[in-house]
Formats: sequence, structure tokens, C-alpha cells
Amino acid sequence: MRQLLIVGGRIIDPSQGIDMVGDLFIAEGSIARVGRNKEATPSEPCPVLHAKGMVVCPGFIDLHSHLREPGFEEKETIATGTLAAARGGFTTVCCMPNTQPPIDSEAAVEFIQSKADAEGAVRVLPIGCITKGRRGEEMVEMGELAEAGVIALSDDGNPVRDSRLMRYALEYSRLFDLFIIDHCEDTSLSEGGMMNEGWVSTRLGLKGIPAAAEDTMVARDIALAELTGGRVHIAHVSTAGSVDLIRRAKDKGIAVTAEVTPHHLTMTDERVMGYGWENKKASPLPLSCYDTNAKVNPPLRTERDLQALVEALKEGVIDAIATDHAPHTDVDKMCEFDLAAFGISGLETALATVFALVHRGEIDLMTLLSKLTFEPAKILRKSEMGTLKVGAAGDVTIFDLDAEWIVDPSAFASKGKNTPLAGCLLKGKVMATIYGGDISYRDDAMKLETARREVKSKT
Amino acid sequence: MRTTKQRETEPSLEVATWRRRHILDLDDFAREEIELVLETTDAMKEVLSREIKKVPTLRGKTLVTMFYEPSTRTRVSFEQAAKSLSADIINLSASGSSVEKGESLIDTARTLQALGADAIVMRHYHAGAPYLIAQHIEVNVINGGDGCHAHPTQGLLDLYTIREHLGTVEGVRMVIIGDITHSRVARSNIWGLSKMGAQVVLSAPPTLLPVGLDASAFPPIAVEQNLDRALEGADVIMPLRLQLERQKQGLLPSIREYIQRYQLDAKRLAKAKPGALVLHPGPMNEGVEITPEVAQGAQSVIEEQVTNGVAVRMALLYLLMGGAQ
Amino acid sequence: MPEKVILDEEDIRRALTRIAHEIVERNHGCDGIIFVGMHTRGVPLARRIAAYIKEFERAEVPVGILDIGLYRDDLPSLGLQPFLRPTSIPTDVVGKRIILVDDVLYTGRSIRAAMDALIDFGRPQSIQLVVLIDRGHRELPIRADYVGKNMPTAIYEEVVVRLKEIDGRDEVAIIRGEGQ
Repeated sequence: MRQLLIVGGRIIDPSQGIDMVGDLFIAEGSIARVGRNKEATPSEPCPVLHAKGMVVCPGFIDLHSHLREPGFEEKETIATGTLAAARGGFTTVCCMPNTQPPIDSEAAVEFIQSKADAEGAVRVLPIGCITKGRRGEEMVEMGELAEAGVIALSDDGNPVRDSRLMRYALEYSRLFDLFIIDHCEDTSLSEGGMMNEGWVSTRLGLKGIPAAAEDTMVARDIALAELTGGRVHIAHVSTAGSVDLIRRAKDKGIAVTAEVTPHHLTMTDERVMGYGWENKKASPLPLSCYDTNAKVNPPLRTERDLQALVEALKEGVIDAIATDHAPHTDVDKMCEFDLAAFGISGLETALATVFALVHRGEIDLMTLLSKLTFEPAKILRKSEMGTLKVGAAGDVTIFDLDAEWIVDPSAFASKGKNTPLAGCLLKGKVMATIYGGDISYRDDAMKLETARREVKSKT
Repeated sequence: MRTTKQRETEPSLEVATWRRRHILDLDDFAREEIELVLETTDAMKEVLSREIKKVPTLRGKTLVTMFYEPSTRTRVSFEQAAKSLSADIINLSASGSSVEKGESLIDTARTLQALGADAIVMRHYHAGAPYLIAQHIEVNVINGGDGCHAHPTQGLLDLYTIREHLGTVEGVRMVIIGDITHSRVARSNIWGLSKMGAQVVLSAPPTLLPVGLDASAFPPIAVEQNLDRALEGADVIMPLRLQLERQKQGLLPSIREYIQRYQLDAKRLAKAKPGALVLHPGPMNEGVEITPEVAQGAQSVIEEQVTNGVAVRMALLYLLMGGAQ
Repeated sequence: MPEKVILDEEDIRRALTRIAHEIVERNHGCDGIIFVGMHTRGVPLARRIAAYIKEFERAEVPVGILDIGLYRDDLPSLGLQPFLRPTSIPTDVVGKRIILVDDVLYTGRSIRAAMDALIDFGRPQSIQLVVLIDRGHRELPIRADYVGKNMPTAIYEEVVVRLKEIDGRDEVAIIRGEGQ
């Protein structure tokens, strides 16, 4: 089987610059034919999805997600996390190794892979730790991890504090063509901080994390990448300062790439005041303030930072959008702000969130989709992903650009209901996600027709 | 705010329309509300001047204090206030309670509500804690101090004390000295004083001043790092307690240098207006932010702040809980 | 709403003067008595009576003021508390005869609250009650010792006392309310 015909959709493939209405046929799990007007006719009966009025594009790739298994299954499992990914239009998820035990050995990598094969709704690519046990002291056996199948290394959750260690890791990684994802945070500056350091944190009496805590580490990593020739990828960029540094580094040809989350592209630190709060002169705090759903690391920053991130994404200074999906239980979040866990459950709202930028005219659809498909694939150096070229993986996402829906966390496939978007009206909805020719997720409104011999697609 | 009602059962009776459920910070108080609190405090002070300092007004009501952050003076002040109004009071502190057993804040508050608390006074290490429980329970919540964020009852008693001595708060110049970053008292005073038409000046070394104070989210605040300049023309001075840990945390090179530049001593006090009031939220580190001479001097109203504290808290309990629910 | 004036300025003056004489007579002089006027209109009434006594007895009787807001039990409205005004009793009440003064005696609850308050100040020898108008409908066993005028009323009627010190003129009126 593993066949599927998608008819009448608006096919957008940023890797080839295609934007046309037509049909797409997947056979044996790979892209077989793409074309207009009955060009893609199957030779035998196969399932058909009618995608008229919808966009059909390569399946999204998330470079940064926390699936929590093994060790924190109460927050998420590979099964529930990949289901959430499918609902969000993601056909590939790169999972971070801050599990318990962490992914720093072949056995741990194999655990992830076998779980993903057995229970995963989409493709899971494991990221290995940079250091043994994520303790920041000694490098892992990169060769072992590379052979086991990790696609990158990261101690995410923690920065790599020791610059000498980061230098050696970058140098050594060149043996295996692995890239290193760094969570850039100078903990001596950020220690005890709960949100962005700014007037909001002062107003709320909370200790802040200054933007400089990220900028200093980004500068360090860029300098080390230049020194060593290794590839560094900056996780979840959040400041205008980081953007400037990355821009200059790329101008110089240094091998640095970067990602940004949907929430950093659309929300500021004022969101901690509560949903719908408006900053009028000397206004009192609403009862809904200290909203732990807006507590995330790196924190939501200022409007100026947000604008810089959007510009950087358009320019290509930031290469990809990655969710940093961080599910937590209610117990972790329904408590005093200082004590709440950092993180947003973002897989299922990512697309609609970034679509706000498209709807507002700040970025065009093709560019945005490239940040979810072609660009992440490029960073992963997997040319068979993130594209609809013939022979590429049969990973396709179908979405309705204008469908409106209200975010209901209780309906999430993810165990993590922690989102600042609860109750919000979003525009843009995933209608179906196809992974290797199999339908991993299909919206109720999306009709699946089985076994059709001849297809007459109405244009 | 004040209406005169002609009712069938009683001749004209002036009632105070106090619609507030919680006292979390002074930022959402209207000026008239603050006036009402201060005037009600006058009546409560009279009760405290009697032989029998007790009235039956809140008989049958129960006040529960949840003090996650220990405090003797504020807790005892609320206790006095409740007892003076014949309310029952139950004191909970963090140690030895369900808190230590890991029961969540919200669950603890709900349990207390179910056990019959009419109002909860909470003091907590973490900013925002009273807002959190106010979202989940129906009884009145009074913030007795939450982290570095707010201490509204202290702000009100400071206002009352200033008004008592200077006649009004309008146009008063108040200088707050010291660790502003970590001070909830400073923040509540900024709100309370600005609402009543006073001018607030902050004086502190840069490491003890938080960022963003010039944002429009705050009322207008002046900052003068040189204390001698700041004190010129001051009507009211409040030195804040300097925790000795601040030096260990690296915010100051030494306590000695802080004393040299920021201690309120008689010489500095003389730079302010004659008769300027000296307040302190307590407890004092005598010899650090304030000299014993000034603390016990003629211009100090620190002890009166304590008495006024009980009266102000009586006024707040009366206004919150006094009507039939 | 229709209003009928029952007492005018002269009626009130005569009533108060008569009450002043009655007080001195029953108490065999002015020793050991204090007036306590109840907010709001009991206060000017108490002051006037004390002024009359000063005229014909040449004696100064102290006048205190009492607010019963902290002692009320009868506010049914949600979230409304009486606005508190100052209470000030100028001398020690222990062993004294207190003459409580109010404008209208109706259910008796205000007087009960006032007695609770006064006893909290100390143990007086006795408490006597002066009212300008007694309109009936007592809900507690309270009676006035000195009454300006007995005025039987219906429940839906309202008695309004106006005094120069507060309202600019002296009169007592009945207002017919809604209903029968």
C-alpha cells in the first residue's frame, strides 16, 4: 500500500519554487508524481484526499521538540508527542535528549528509535547529548552516537558553560559531520530569573533574565565556530542582539544556523500580565497576571526583539522555525510563578501562530513554509526531506490557510496543556498530515475517499 | 462613593459603597477608596484609644492568616486588628503545615475556604501568590506581602501616618532610600503616594535600582542617586532595610561603603525640610540604613506606624468583611 | 412624594425646652450627667438641650458624640457598611448618668447598639433616653424617658427630621411612601 492521491490542492514547494493547483501522487511511501490536470493518475485503486481550497506542501520538520520519554512520561510520551506533531502538520520531529536517562549512549538512541518505530505517528530523529549525562563535563562518544543515528548533538535545557569544552566538541564533531545545537544562556547572568528583565518584570516584582545572558553566549559560540570550523546551530533565538551577531557571522561565512519559535515571533513579555491585557498608563495588574503559561526559557522578550526576529526570519538570518515543544503537567504549572516549570506546549498551535505573520502581510507564504520544510532539511543535510521532488519522502502536509478555530488544550493530543493561547481564535488549520504515504492525522472535515480507479480532477 | 439613602426602616444613613473583594496592591485603588480607608482608620484609632479596645462588629467572622514567609510584626498586627473587631483568627505558618507536605497553594486555600474562613491574609516569598489564590477562591484575599511585588497594607499605614502629621499627602515630597529592587514596600508606596498627589523620589546605588522605572506602566518617579541632593526639600524620608546578604550576593562592595553614602544619620536628616518625618517599614538594621539616634529621634514616627498599622488593618477588615455577605 | 409637616421651628423649640426642664427635674439637678448625642441629628439636639440647661441652671453639662456603625446588626444590603464617623466621649462614663439623645425612635435597634457601645466605655450608673419623635413599631423592649412628640405612623411612611445645623431649617415631616 502506502499510496495516496491528493487532488485539487494548491501545491507549494519552496524547495522548487512551485506554487500551482494540481494533484500529487505518493506511491510506496515516496513522491511519485506531481502535476496538473490528471497527469497524476494512479494505475490501481488508491485512497484519495480532496484538497480543493487547501495548501499541499512538504511535511513540516521540527528541529526542536521535547518528547519527554524516557523518564517523564507523565508530561509526554513518544506516542502522544508524535500524535501532537501530526496534528500540527509535522512529519519529522527531532527530539531533545534531556530525558531520564539522557540520550548519551547507543542503547538510549536505540530505545528512542524502537519506541518511535512501534508507537510513533511521524518520523522521530534523535538528538544526542554533547556531554556525558548532560553534565557539561566530558564529551560523549560522538562516533557511537553518530552510528546509532543521531542527527545532531545538544545539551538543551542547559547551555555548554565551559567554553573550552564547547571548542573541543565543535572541533571533534567535524569528524562525523554532526552539528551542535546550543541553548545559549549565561547562567551567571540569568540565575534566579523567571522572565525577561524589563519593565514588566520590575512591575511584577520578579527577577529577570537580561537579553545579555543570551547575547554573550551567542557571541561566544560564533567565535568558537569560526575558530574550529565546526557547525553550530543556535536554538530558540530570542533577542535583537543575537540577531545582529548571527547576521554578521553569516556575512563572514561562518557556519552558524539559527532557529526561532512561533511564540517568540508573536508574543512579548507583556503576555505574562495575562491574555488580553492592555498596557495603558499606570494601569493596575489584572487578576489574571503572573500567567505561568507564558513562562518559557528563553523568555518572551520585548516588541523590539520580536520585530528583529521577524525581520531576521524574512532575511534568512534565522533559517528555520522550530517549536521547542515543552509539555508539562498541570501540577508543574498551576502554582506560584517562581515555582512553575518553563515551557510551552507548541506543536499543535505552531502553524496557526506563525500564519498570523502571513495574514498580516509581514511575510509571504512561500518564505514562511520554507522555514518549516526546506531550510530545516538543509540544516539536517537530508535532501530527501522537506521537498516534493519526485523520489522524496512521502511526507506531505495539507492545511487550510483561512480556517478559523479556537484553541482548546483539553482537545490536544499532547499531554501538555500548557499554552498561553488557550481560548484564542487562530486562523489556519492543519487538515491532514501524511508520513511516508500513510495518513498520520486527518481532520474530520477532510474526506478520505478509498479505492478510486480513475480520477477526474475538477480544476 | 458615599451615598445618602432614605430607607423605610431607618432614617437617613450614609453608607460606604465598597465593592472591592480583594486587597492585592494599591495600584487598583481609586483615590476615593484610599480616602475612605483613611477616614475609617480614624474611627478605628478611637476604638484603640478606649479602655476596652473591642467592638463586636465582626463577631462570627473568621480571618485566617497564611504566612509562608515568617513575620512577627505584620501577623501580630492583623491578629490585633481582628481581635479588636471580635473576629476569630487562625494563624497558619509554613512550617509544620500541609505546605511542607507538598500540598499546593491552591489546594490549601480551597481547604481553608471549605473550613469556613471568611477572609485570608497571605504573606508569601513568591510574587503573585495572592493573585493565584484569588483566582480560585471566593473569600476575600488580603496581600500581606508577596515577594518583591507589593505590601498594600503597609502602604496604607504609611499614608495614614504621613497624613496624621502633615495634614495631607498632596504635594508631599517623599524620599525612599535603599534596596528598591527587592522592596515591596517601596513599590506599594509609589502607587499609594502617587494616587494621593505626592511626589516620590528614589535614592539608591545603581545595583539596587530595578530597570524600567521610567516606563509608562509606572506613575512618574524621580530617581536621584546622590542622597544629599535627594534629601533637599524632603517632607518624608523612608530608609529601607538593607539585608546583609546583598553584599554577599555581589550587589555592593561592602556594607561600610553603603553606610558612607546612604545611611540616614542626623547630619543627612538636617538636609531635609525641618520637621521632616522619618518612617521605616521595619524591622530596622540600626547602624546600617539608619542610626539609632535618628530612629529614636524627635522626627521619627516609626513607633506610630506600628499603632497605625493595627488601626489601618482594622479599617480594611471592617470594609471588606463588615457588610452582610 | 407628598410631605406633611408635623412640627415646625417653634414646636421643636418648645419641645426641647420642656425636655431640658424635665431632665433637670428628674435628675435633681445636673450633677453627674452627660449628654451623648447619636450621629447624625442626635448631636445638634443634645447640644441644644445642653445650651438650654446652661441658660436656666447656669450649669455646663458635657456633650459627647457617638457613632454606632461598629455595633449595628441590621444592614441587609450586600457589601454596604455604614460610613464611620468619629466617636468622642469627653469624660469618664463610670458611675455617671448618661443621657442618650436621638432624633427618631423607631425599631429600637440603634438604641440597643448605642447602649452596647456606651457600656464598652465603662459602667455608667444609668442610661436615659431622649428622642424628639417616637414613631412606634418597636422590635425590641426599648422605651424613651423623654419624648418630644409621640407620632403613630404606618410602616410605609417615613419620618424626616430637619435641623438648622445640618439641613438649614427646623421641621419634622412625614412622607407618604409607595403602597396603600
